[in-house]
Amino acid sequence: MEWLGLYNYWVVVVLMMAGFYVVIAQGNLIKKIVGLNIFQTSVFVFYISLAKLDGGTAPVYLEGVTAYTNPLPHVLILTAIVVGVALTAMGLALAVRVYEAYGSLEEDEINAQDEQDA
Amino acid sequence: MSPHIVLRVGAKLLIPVILLFGLYVQFHGEYSPGGGFQAGIIFSAALILYALIFGLETVQQAVPPAAVHALAALGALLYMSIGIWAMLAGGNFLEYKVLAADPHVGETAGIILIELGVGITVGAVVITLFYSFAGRARPKRGGD
Amino acid sequence: MALATVWIRNLFAATMLMGIFSLLAASLYVLLDAVDVALTEAAVGAGISIILMLGALVLTTSKEKVHDARHNLLALVVVLITGAALIYGTMDMPNFADPKAPAHQHVSPRYTQESVDEIGIPNMVTSVLASYRGLDTLGEVLVIFVAGVGVLLVLGAGGFQRRRRESGEEEE
Repeated sequence: MEWLGLYNYWVVVVLMMAGFYVVIAQGNLIKKIVGLNIFQTSVFVFYISLAKLDGGTAPVYLEGVTAYTNPLPHVLILTAIVVGVALTAMGLALAVRVYEAYGSLEEDEINAQDEQDA
Repeated sequence: MSPHIVLRVGAKLLIPVILLFGLYVQFHGEYSPGGGFQAGIIFSAALILYALIFGLETVQQAVPPAAVHALAALGALLYMSIGIWAMLAGGNFLEYKVLAADPHVGETAGIILIELGVGITVGAVVITLFYSFAGRARPKRGGD
Repeated sequence: MALATVWIRNLFAATMLMGIFSLLAASLYVLLDAVDVALTEAAVGAGISIILMLGALVLTTSKEKVHDARHNLLALVVVLITGAALIYGTMDMPNFADPKAPAHQHVSPRYTQESVDEIGIPNMVTSVLASYRGLDTLGEVLVIFVAGVGVLLVLGAGGFQRRRRESGEEEE
């Protein structure tokens, strides 16, 4: 049954959809940032699971070992994690300023205040 | 017996160890997992721990915000200057082979220096982020 | 853990759950032989992200308003359709850890077999990161520097002593 070999992709899709749902459905701004982080982490798990080789070891050179796990996705994800933390920091800073300007973090209350002012 | 004495003594023991571990991860990045990013974050974690236990004002006397901002720019500048040095020595941008007589030594030297630049920038930026978030706290709470 | 984060209302608890999720992901990376990435994910996800979110929560509130279920239904339908489309797309993908997968064929054998001779350092991830793909790493350093500058512009520098001298009030 060859479907059994694909289970890691399904796990990632479930995680991704959980994060996606939080971003579009929940109104609180900080909750949206949490959802975005879950989404990003699930994408990283996807790439790292692509890199794994049956019978390979960690990509550090050792005498006598010939099969190494693919180091290229590791490099890409390393960069992506740091970019992700930069994005989280910027998003949280903007959320703090929005709270100070509008007095609330809920999306619909902020939209209502904008419509009142406009 | 002042309150939080367990935290203060424990932190005084732990913070130098964390800083040392950060330096180890930075320079040992070629032989074991590690490298610039991890080292920068570990280094900034030690300073954040210090700020959480001893207060924001104390840590800002030790590491002033202006110095941290300058360090962040310095790390990126170091990275780019290694690339330009490689161009001046005759190779392409960021080609480390031409930095020394033996290509292996050139590669190793180039990698150590740019990882140092990356570590400095990442650590300085994370400390800046912490200072910005903590320095904005409402007056009656005194910073967190 | 991720699904629990969707339902929880208290933002402080949501932050802690996010930290546990990051830690579980880091352990997963170790099992998948990605040790560099595990170190970074553990430090960043379970360390720095939590500190920043706690800082943001201190500066704002920590409760979340309860929503009606009506507009959640449209979001749920969109999410389910997207999830089904993605699962349909994964049917063509290679099996987990298959040595004949395309990801292992083109550039990676050169990295694993020749990087130690060409560059001379044992850690292949560092040699790819700093030498073969050094330009990407330069871009990343610039991205995190720009994020630092951006937060400085939005939130200010947090110079504690200068503000205290100006306002003259007793803190703590």
